[in-house]
Amino acid sequence: MRPLTEDESKAVFAKLANYIGKNLVHLIDRPDEPYSFRLHKDRVFYVSEAQMRLGISVARPNLISLGTCLGKFTKSGKFKLHITALDYLAQYAKYKIWIKPNGEMPFLYGNHVLKAHLGRITEDTPEHQGVVVFSMSDGFGVTARSTVDTRKLDPTAIIVFHQADVGEYLRDEVCP
Amino acid sequence: MDLSDEYLENPVQEFEFDSDGSEEQELPVKRTKSKQLERPLKIIPDDSDSDSSDSDDEGGAINIQNMEARSRAMDERALQEAAIDAEELKAADAAEDGDDLDVNDDEDSDAEPFHLPTSEEREQEKSSGGLDVVVIQRRMRQCVRHLNNFRKFAGKGRSRSEYVEQLMSDIAQYYGYNEFLAEKLFQLFPVSEAIEFFEANETPRPVTIRTNTLRTRRRDLAQVLINRGVNLEPIGKWTNVGLQIFESSVPIGATPEYLAGHYMLQAASSFLPVIALSPQPNERILDMASAPGGKTTHMAALMQNTGIVFANDATKTRVKSLTANVHRLGCKNVVVCSYDGREFPKVMGGFDRVLLDAPCSGTGVISKDSSVKVNKTERDFTLLSHLQKQLILCAIDSVSPESKTGGYLVYSTCSVTVDENEAVVDYALRKRSNVKLVDTGLSFGREGFTQYRGKTFDRSLVLTRRFYPHVHNMDGFYVAKFKIEKRSKASPNDTRAEENVDKISAEQGQDDGFISEEDQPYIEGTCSNRGQTLVGLTSRV
Repeated sequence: MRPLTEDESKAVFAKLANYIGKNLVHLIDRPDEPYSFRLHKDRVFYVSEAQMRLGISVARPNLISLGTCLGKFTKSGKFKLHITALDYLAQYAKYKIWIKPNGEMPFLYGNHVLKAHLGRITEDTPEHQGVVVFSMSDGFGVTARSTVDTRKLDPTAIIVFHQADVGEYLRDEVCP
Repeated sequence: MDLSDEYLENPVQEFEFDSDGSEEQELPVKRTKSKQLERPLKIIPDDSDSDSSDSDDEGGAINIQNMEARSRAMDERALQEAAIDAEELKAADAAEDGDDLDVNDDEDSDAEPFHLPTSEEREQEKSSGGLDVVVIQRRMRQCVRHLNNFRKFAGKGRSRSEYVEQLMSDIAQYYGYNEFLAEKLFQLFPVSEAIEFFEANETPRPVTIRTNTLRTRRRDLAQVLINRGVNLEPIGKWTNVGLQIFESSVPIGATPEYLAGHYMLQAASSFLPVIALSPQPNERILDMASAPGGKTTHMAALMQNTGIVFANDATKTRVKSLTANVHRLGCKNVVVCSYDGREFPKVMGGFDRVLLDAPCSGTGVISKDSSVKVNKTERDFTLLSHLQKQLILCAIDSVSPESKTGGYLVYSTCSVTVDENEAVVDYALRKRSNVKLVDTGLSFGREGFTQYRGKTFDRSLVLTRRFYPHVHNMDGFYVAKFKIEKRSKASPNDTRAEENVDKISAEQGQDDGFISEEDQPYIEGTCSNRGQTLVGLTSRV
């Protein structure tokens, strides 16, 4: 477990900013408790300082996870968000999409969101913007990115590319 | 064991008293069975009525119009049940008074009085490949009846142990246990209760889920699931997060709510150790054997994501599902690590509370995993209780006695055997002078044994709790809660853990307690014998 290097934090923040924009500040300067980003076995964890200090006493080979896993660095050095980061993304997301109940299951099986399934969307969402997908009833959701010039599109056109969804807990069981 | 193998291949049959062999049956037994069928609906036998009214509240279906009708229906039901009970009692009395009643009713073989096979006959039976299931079933029934009223029914010149032996081997054969385990479990209960226990192991326990209070409330969750076509009801009064699933049109482990971490699929018995531990916010907690994380996430939820929970599990593969569950349920205060539990006070100590849900033989969850029936041997039990003893000492040492809010350890297993439960707890009490048992805070469950087959345990073991499938309709379970106090200066029997455990387990290897004082004369005898022969030899030389 170690703090992120400059390059790494740049990659992580850039990715997060794609979803939560300026709200990123809220993650870094929290009013309640100091939080920090830590890298462990290629994975980035977002964890409170107090917890991190206690976590230090666990040896590196034995430590599996702590706090919230935001995502991981791929072998090629790119940062990929994990569904486990959803809690924070959903809380601070700038652009959101709500999908109809009949679109829930297809999305949870890892498919893109079609126009037909679109229930509601944040006004003027730009193209290639990261969005958080919610169901109509309540706020669980999943991260994806959208192309939104969609008013005129036909119902089967893809409007949100799938990135990650909570179905992964079931499909992979190895998430973080 | 060539016999029982054959029966294993057949699907396990229910212990039906009124099966094909004898259509006309004695009344009382049949009645009992019908009552048994009703039982799975309720977890705690006592407050069934209040349970159902609870559920009505949840469902929101109750209103002023139908309230009166409902309560009337409820009264009626209660009356009916009382009537059935009374009838049952009467019938049972009748059966005890005159046994000619059922002799006449049974068609063929029971016309002559029950004959317990002699040992030669049993040998013969074994070599001929075993009897029909129906015959065995009848013989078991007869044995139980004889044992229950031994003075009256017993055949001349047959001892009680002969009947017991026959019954045990029949149980092993009928339910497909190996003889060792059948005997071990049989000894835990009175005769007729033992049959109930074995019978309960053949039926699955109800599916239960636990609401994740970090994400939702039980009322909301119940509503959402009902809308998805799930039939459910609160488990009981003792928990406010549990829901019992009766039937479901969707797979309950793959609903969007499940994926979003609104609930966890978890056996009712798994709530108990956490309730007993009752973690408080801002504490430091250790879960020593935590995968797949049901109890860990329950604790994190009770602490409202404050403080810190160390979730440990020795198996790397199981840690994966643990991590996934921790993240799915949104527990942010959990550190997942993978140590052997026995290393623990060295890695980190000073915990306010520790939960040790020890690895065990799983004799309480035979209904879930029936492979236990045949693959557990005496050696497994020795090894397991050895491991458990090591773990419990490590767990005790990890707790900080200075803790202001806590200083508690909860020990639990999903096993019902005494050597994995009371024996381990008693061992811990003897090894660590600064711990004592306290009340678990669970309102139901049987008291732990203070003596068992000649072994006497500490008297405070009545504070521990046992749970049985046939009594509480949940998995067999055991919970003990310790309070760890500051060490006093004079603690003579406070010695290091490992070597003592080794010694104890070695002693257990050779059957029940080896009391060196009692055996002293014999030892001396053999020594002196050897001495003499030696002397003889030397003199001869």
